[in-house]
Amino acid sequence: MAKFVGKSFKRVEDPRFLQGKGKYVSNLQRPGMAYVAIVRSPHAHAEIKGIDASAALELDGVVAVYTGQDLIDGGVGQLPCGWVVPECKIPERWPVEPARARHVGDAVAVVVADSPYVAEDALELIEVDYEPLPVSVGARATTEYRAQQIHAEIPNNTAYAWALGDEDGMRRAFREAAHVVELDLVNQRLIPNAMEPRACMAEWDNTTEEMTVWTTSQNPHPIRLLLSGFTLGIPENKLRVISPDVGGGFGSKIFHYPEEIIVPWVARAINRPAKWVATRSESFMTDSQGRDHVTNVRMAMDATGTITGLHVQTWADQGAYLSTFAPLIPTALSITLFSGLYKIPGIWGEMKGTLTNTVPVDAYRGAGRPEASYLLERIVEKGAQKMGMDPIAFRRHNLIPADEFPYQTPVAFQYDSGNYQGLFDKLEEISGYGDLREEQKSKRAEGKLWGVGVAGCIEASGPAPSAVAGSLGSAVGLWESGTVRVHPTGKVTALTGSHAHGQGHETTFAQIVADELNIPLEDIEVVHGDTGRIPFGMGTYGSRSAAVGGSALVRSATRVREKMTKIAAHQMESRPEDVYFDDETGNIRVRGATDDGMSFFEVALAAYTAHDLPPDIEPGLEETAFFDPSNFTFPNSAHIAVVSIDRETGEVTLEKYFGVDDVGKVINPLIVDGQLVGGVAQGVGQALWEHGIYGEDGQLLTGSMMDYAMPRADRFPHIETGRIETPSPTNPLGVKGAGEMGTIAGTVTVANAVVDALAPLGVDHVEMPFTAERIWQTIQAHS
Amino acid sequence: MAEALSLIASEDDARFLAGGHSLVPAMKLRLDAPGTLIDIGRIEGLRGIAYGSGDENDCIGPLTTHATIASSNLASALVEAAGGIGDPQVRNRGTIGGNIAHADPASDLPTVLTALGATIRVENSSSARNIEAESFFTGLFETSLGENELVTVIAVPREGAGTGSAYAKLFNPASRYAVVGACASVTLNNGVVSRARVAVGGLTPMATRCGSVEAALEGRSTDAINGASAQVASDVGDDILEDIHASAEYRLGVIPVYVERALQAACARAAG
Ligand SMILES: Cc1cc2nc3c(=O)[nH]c(=O)nc-3n(C[C@H](O)[C@H](O)[C@H](O)COP(=O)(O)OP(=O)(O)OC[C@H]3O[C@@H](n4cnc5c(N)ncnc54)[C@H](O)[C@@H]3O)c2cc1C
Repeated sequence: MAKFVGKSFKRVEDPRFLQGKGKYVSNLQRPGMAYVAIVRSPHAHAEIKGIDASAALELDGVVAVYTGQDLIDGGVGQLPCGWVVPECKIPERWPVEPARARHVGDAVAVVVADSPYVAEDALELIEVDYEPLPVSVGARATTEYRAQQIHAEIPNNTAYAWALGDEDGMRRAFREAAHVVELDLVNQRLIPNAMEPRACMAEWDNTTEEMTVWTTSQNPHPIRLLLSGFTLGIPENKLRVISPDVGGGFGSKIFHYPEEIIVPWVARAINRPAKWVATRSESFMTDSQGRDHVTNVRMAMDATGTITGLHVQTWADQGAYLSTFAPLIPTALSITLFSGLYKIPGIWGEMKGTLTNTVPVDAYRGAGRPEASYLLERIVEKGAQKMGMDPIAFRRHNLIPADEFPYQTPVAFQYDSGNYQGLFDKLEEISGYGDLREEQKSKRAEGKLWGVGVAGCIEASGPAPSAVAGSLGSAVGLWESGTVRVHPTGKVTALTGSHAHGQGHETTFAQIVADELNIPLEDIEVVHGDTGRIPFGMGTYGSRSAAVGGSALVRSATRVREKMTKIAAHQMESRPEDVYFDDETGNIRVRGATDDGMSFFEVALAAYTAHDLPPDIEPGLEETAFFDPSNFTFPNSAHIAVVSIDRETGEVTLEKYFGVDDVGKVINPLIVDGQLVGGVAQGVGQALWEHGIYGEDGQLLTGSMMDYAMPRADRFPHIETGRIETPSPTNPLGVKGAGEMGTIAGTVTVANAVVDALAPLGVDHVEMPFTAERIWQTIQAHS
Repeated sequence: MAEALSLIASEDDARFLAGGHSLVPAMKLRLDAPGTLIDIGRIEGLRGIAYGSGDENDCIGPLTTHATIASSNLASALVEAAGGIGDPQVRNRGTIGGNIAHADPASDLPTVLTALGATIRVENSSSARNIEAESFFTGLFETSLGENELVTVIAVPREGAGTGSAYAKLFNPASRYAVVGACASVTLNNGVVSRARVAVGGLTPMATRCGSVEAALEGRSTDAINGASAQVASDVGDDILEDIHASAEYRLGVIPVYVERALQAACARAAG
């Protein structure tokens, strides 16, 4: 049966991308279109005392200028938060702030013009009377007594406090511990920087009162839901949201953004199509950002190095407002993974979500899980050091054994499957771990700083069982839909509610359907990203698409197959049990019969002509399934990085990288490897280069590509991947997530390597990113 | 060229546009808003390299791209520096003339041309003059280029036998500009450094010639490189740049390392 699943196929979407023929929102044009530009606050915190647009309105080509109050008077609603943990205080947030700006880049007025150039020129002519206010920055500092209050209704700038685990067990573990290790660490602010900046276009039909919105979203259906129910008020049956080709998201395009409200509102107000495309500068100051956790972690061990307890306290900077899923990231996606790959009886995690005068923070590739892996694998590394054990031996000593799955952790999750010792076996094999340590000995003897870093990471992917999500604070269900439509000619359209913005679903999902229906890959077209064509969907994030979206398609394809079996059996005058899809001929045949049976096309046509169907079978050949998973899936990994450090300048070079991952059953190895390698590069980016820096005045100091260092291909060695496959029992494909593991593991693996390189100097921790200067200063301080 | 030189004098607030890789980004950010742009990009006479013979200089047209220089037979340090500028897109569009006229303190080429002892020819519609690279750069984004003057030739000494040059830099990981950069050009005579020219950039407002380093090395063997490099501190003055990428302390701390590396590599090349 599996002619396609498990094999590498080049991505069918690539020819259009490689030829520059992708259809991105910013390429789209509508007749008579107007262009929107947005006046953004240059202050991190300021009262808006007045707006004078008269000079802008006199500029030739300016159509209109709107203030926040104009939009409110025109019926827009506040941006809601879609994940609410208990006692969470949600700040007011308007698409255009009417009275106060709370971060640099906050929208304060809207310009509409006949051309994008005029719109930009007009921005400079709008005079906003700001009264600057004191500013509060710093995840933890913002909660201090003297800190400037950002939202009157939220004391101490603390939106929520959340804790999970076994506090008594944790306390007992520390009371009885033979050894305790502790670290203070910062998981720094990151700026996602998808290659395509965000964009939005809208067209209003005033005769039918239908609105179409094109937006760079990872999840058009939830955006329609929010636009309809909360922010714009156009009923869902009159609102179509399309996310065509989207050039990367990494989480930053999940959320509901002000511009998605502003642009359709404008299109309706002026009764003309309207469009906004972010400049790169706007991406820096308005796309939701990532990480920014300040953490204290302590780990308890017994005399043999068995981990017995873990206590984590984190302050998570959420920025100026709570973005759509912000409270989820540090809580249910982070604390829940504090057990890592290990048996740790006493875990207690405490999290505070805090507000600052900075761009909102929300999910960014890995979302909460890289933060969990970072603190855990850093403290585990320190534990190994303390015990004088090899880092792999220490980890092996504490791993959850393969025969204990499903494994219930003390922090809510039940791990589905895994073989963690097997991961490390494979890792030692592909990296030649023993030889690496020998090489290190000789490098150290020569006085070189050369480090080998190890990490083992866990991820919860494939969100999510809807009931569990609901109990943890989600405002939505997290199932997925899949429709398989067989046309009368036997060609197939597969519609999925998940969305691809670089993941290659048009290829992998076709592989899934092709196997179920026993037809060639090229007979299937996968469609996503359009609420006008797809029944419903929750989109793509959290490495969910294959596990949840792919599973929905398996179900609908299976139903189609069952219906075709019945029709074929009826027409060939046999019993459905005797009918089978023949791999060799592609036909549908009767077991034992000598004839060719019926072709796929003949059966499809028969379903539509309906001249001779079994009595209980309706005409047509289309099935829709909604798949709600019974659990998350738990991909896991063991990685090694080798770094060298230039003693004189502090420059870090990544010399070698090895990653072994268990992402369950692999559908397309080529695509999975691409996801892992790209993910590792992104994770390494955080370790070595990336840092979104705000000044004390709330100004973003890394507001352009000249200052914010993205990873570049020429700074990487070959990334060697290895795999073990333990199929997930929670979905029909046996898949786990593959989209985020590289990022989750890449950061801390390199961090451990850098600390290992510096260990001979007596260094046991350095904060990221490991810039040349930071490492140089560390070396100076230790020699 | 005559047309360009007359336009720059007659048009309001006019500027030359070469590769556009410093000017256009500044315009996009609205940091710069010239009244008129004069596109010199298609003046063929200003593009390309004329190699000198014997003691003659190599002459580089200002519109020569970094990519062309990176694959040329010009002095090694210049080839090396041009190949390390930005990324392929920047190297394929950016020009040597635009680079030096812009005079970004983090640029590589001012440092290299200063160390190599290049001469820059500039012209306006009525006259022409030659300026030593060392006095061409006068401050942060400032040059001795007069109003309405166009850089027309960059003349670089040829490297004969016994002479070698090298450039060593710490890349800004975001932009690839130099956090610090050092260039050395040396002539070796029987193992003795008979001539040394050294310049640094990235840490000072403009490319800075390092007389103390040169003096500490000239007439000595290459064993003196390490000690000579340490002299750079007395050449760079007190005005050390500081930004989010590196403190002044760090820049000062590592510049001797880059000077030393440039000198070592230059001597290795000079030795053959
Ligand atoms: C992403 C990026 C990375 C970069 N990295 C580096 C790096 O690592 N190292 C480095 O050295 N540089 C770097 N640069 C700068 C790059 O080298 C630019 O190309 C160069 O500084 C300007 O050359 P241009 O031809 O693009 O000039 P333009 O942008 O066209 O012009 C720049 C200025 O020079 C003037 N001008 C141009 N030609 C002449 C002339 N013949 N006579 C008089 N005035 C003239 C213009 O009027 C303008 O004021 C980088 C640039 C970018 C965008």
